[in-house]
Amino acid sequence: MPRKVCETFQIEYLQILDETGQVDACLEPDIPAEDLRKLYRTMLAARLLDRRMHVLQQQGRIGTFPSVQGQEGGCLGCAYALRLDDWMVPSFRETAALFWRGLPMKNILTYYMGMEEGNRFPDHMRDLPIAITVGSQPLHAVGLAWAARIRKDPVVVMVFFGDGATSEGDFHEACNMAGVFQVPVVFVCMNNQYAISTPRARQTHAQTIAQKAIAYGFPGIQVDGNDLLAAYVASRDAVARARQGQGPTFIECVTYRLSPHTTADDARRYRSDEEVREWQKRDPLVRFRKYLEKRQLWSEAWEEEITEEIRGEIDEAIRAAEAERARVEPLEMFDHVYGEPPPEVLAQREEAAEFVDQPASLRQT
Amino acid sequence: MPEMNMVRALNLALHQEMERDERVVLLGEDVARVGGVFRVSEGLLERFGPDRVIDTPVSEAGIVGCAIGMALYGLRPVCEIQFSGFAFFGFHQLNCHAARFRTRSWGRFQVPLVMRAPIGGGIRALEHHNDSEEALYVQSPGLKVVIPSGPRKARALLVSSIRDPDPVVFLEPKRVYRAFREEVPEQEETWPLGQAQVLRHGRDVTLIAYGAMVREALEAAEQAEKQLRASVEVIDLLSIVPMDTPTLLESVRKTGRCVVVHEAPRSCGVAAEIIARLNEQALFSLQAPIARVTGYDIPYPFFAREMAYLPSTKRILAALRKTLEY
Repeated sequence: MPRKVCETFQIEYLQILDETGQVDACLEPDIPAEDLRKLYRTMLAARLLDRRMHVLQQQGRIGTFPSVQGQEGGCLGCAYALRLDDWMVPSFRETAALFWRGLPMKNILTYYMGMEEGNRFPDHMRDLPIAITVGSQPLHAVGLAWAARIRKDPVVVMVFFGDGATSEGDFHEACNMAGVFQVPVVFVCMNNQYAISTPRARQTHAQTIAQKAIAYGFPGIQVDGNDLLAAYVASRDAVARARQGQGPTFIECVTYRLSPHTTADDARRYRSDEEVREWQKRDPLVRFRKYLEKRQLWSEAWEEEITEEIRGEIDEAIRAAEAERARVEPLEMFDHVYGEPPPEVLAQREEAAEFVDQPASLRQT
Repeated sequence: MPEMNMVRALNLALHQEMERDERVVLLGEDVARVGGVFRVSEGLLERFGPDRVIDTPVSEAGIVGCAIGMALYGLRPVCEIQFSGFAFFGFHQLNCHAARFRTRSWGRFQVPLVMRAPIGGGIRALEHHNDSEEALYVQSPGLKVVIPSGPRKARALLVSSIRDPDPVVFLEPKRVYRAFREEVPEQEETWPLGQAQVLRHGRDVTLIAYGAMVREALEAAEQAEKQLRASVEVIDLLSIVPMDTPTLLESVRKTGRCVVVHEAPRSCGVAAEIIARLNEQALFSLQAPIARVTGYDIPYPFFAREMAYLPSTKRILAALRKTLEY
């Protein structure tokens, strides 16, 4: 009996817009001009807020935070494929996608000021809070999608996580559950090459992360994660498949975080300046600007105009966030633990009340 | 009123809650086709179909994590972990997510799931099938923890747990599953989480237990009455979180003496917490140190030695005697 091949697989790589701003006309999606400009503005807002947050962090006005620079394009392209009544489950570098979904800047700031209030997104947003424990949230996405299918709601769930997350057991259980039950979920791995200092090659010996999908019985695709158009096209197809009941899809966005892991990290200990410079040339924001320019949707005057607008929005968001910070009522930490607080928690709230300072704004009244 | 064992009583609760509320779904390993390894979910697949009664892969983190997502969406998932010793695979999902979603979303989201798991020893099972891990869940604020001791309360508490807006860890003493029958009313019955039950009134000493240890405690109380001429008050805790501290205090203030029993290891166990509360609030009523009868601070032994590990009527009786004679 001769040996024979019982299965083969291929992983497709998709790039539509290269780093010089050249677009593959055959693959170019038909996105309305107004949306293209809004997408660019959203990326820019995430970038400018991130830069400003580095200053705020150094001034001690916000805590440690993970920078999102370099990853704005991939996550935004993916999220653009969702409807607002679809669900999005973020990790912690999807600021641009969350802005697109309707998150006010103030939430990002209060979150990194150490306030749960920042994680309470507006009620109209079908988005889970920022998830910190790596690889934990894909299961919640699968559960949401599964519930939607049980309720026969035609919604899709998209979940973001990093390359490090793909080494976690919970990630694999999520993929397996999604495959077995064919739930309408889109897995998006933002492969930014490092989990803090640990390079992608230390997470898996597989040639691509996308191919992990094959083992779970659904398609995986690798895209240029700094190409918003490619991320969008792959996601558009994945979302359509999911909505038609054809189950999950895995998208690996090959990207790079241009900043250290967080403000507490020193990236020079594990990667060279030269490597960072190489990736700066592939910056998703710069590339998309070139694309808009070619399509005559961008001008320096417009860039200045929206930069000014965004700076104003950031100033306003900082003012609002700091005002909210000043009003923090420490005892509220007891109030959102249970639907109805058990007697122990109520008693401990009373005990704590004797020892906490009231916020300045409340002390006056 | 029909008589039934705990398995039938839990099955009744699931049937009636799934009938009453179409948001209730059941998921776990071997829960559908065979009705669970202990048959608690027997007949549910036939009645409610595969969308609501789901056999999952062997994947505890997957079961709990997906149940969280379902609960966030608005369903009322009841997930079964085949044995509580396997729940560690899903513990991160319970502790870091189920327990905290309400807090970390500042009240926007809630996770009304129930994680059912058979707990405890005494059935000559293989290793990892016998432990009592309830204290771990008590240290996960945001969870509620319930352990029934018999059919009627098991049924009523499961109904209350399914309707609760927060995640409930519902631990079923497997030794009790088929050990005895009780009258269980056909019509709906609930029991508030956080309410203990005084099973036997007494004047001389308070005996606090939960789960499978309640029967041992009742037997010990019986013997104490005869052998020591002592009047023993027995309290079934039923719910560990929230804990019915007022009922415990009221009893101990009356009797002045107390023994606490559980199967779990001693150090930092639930008994330690109960004793701390009694010391804080009833110290001057105490006429003797409060005693503990518990499992030992060692891994649960293989079953040839398990009866030496588990608190027995004899051990409880000895503790009662010591406390009474102090």
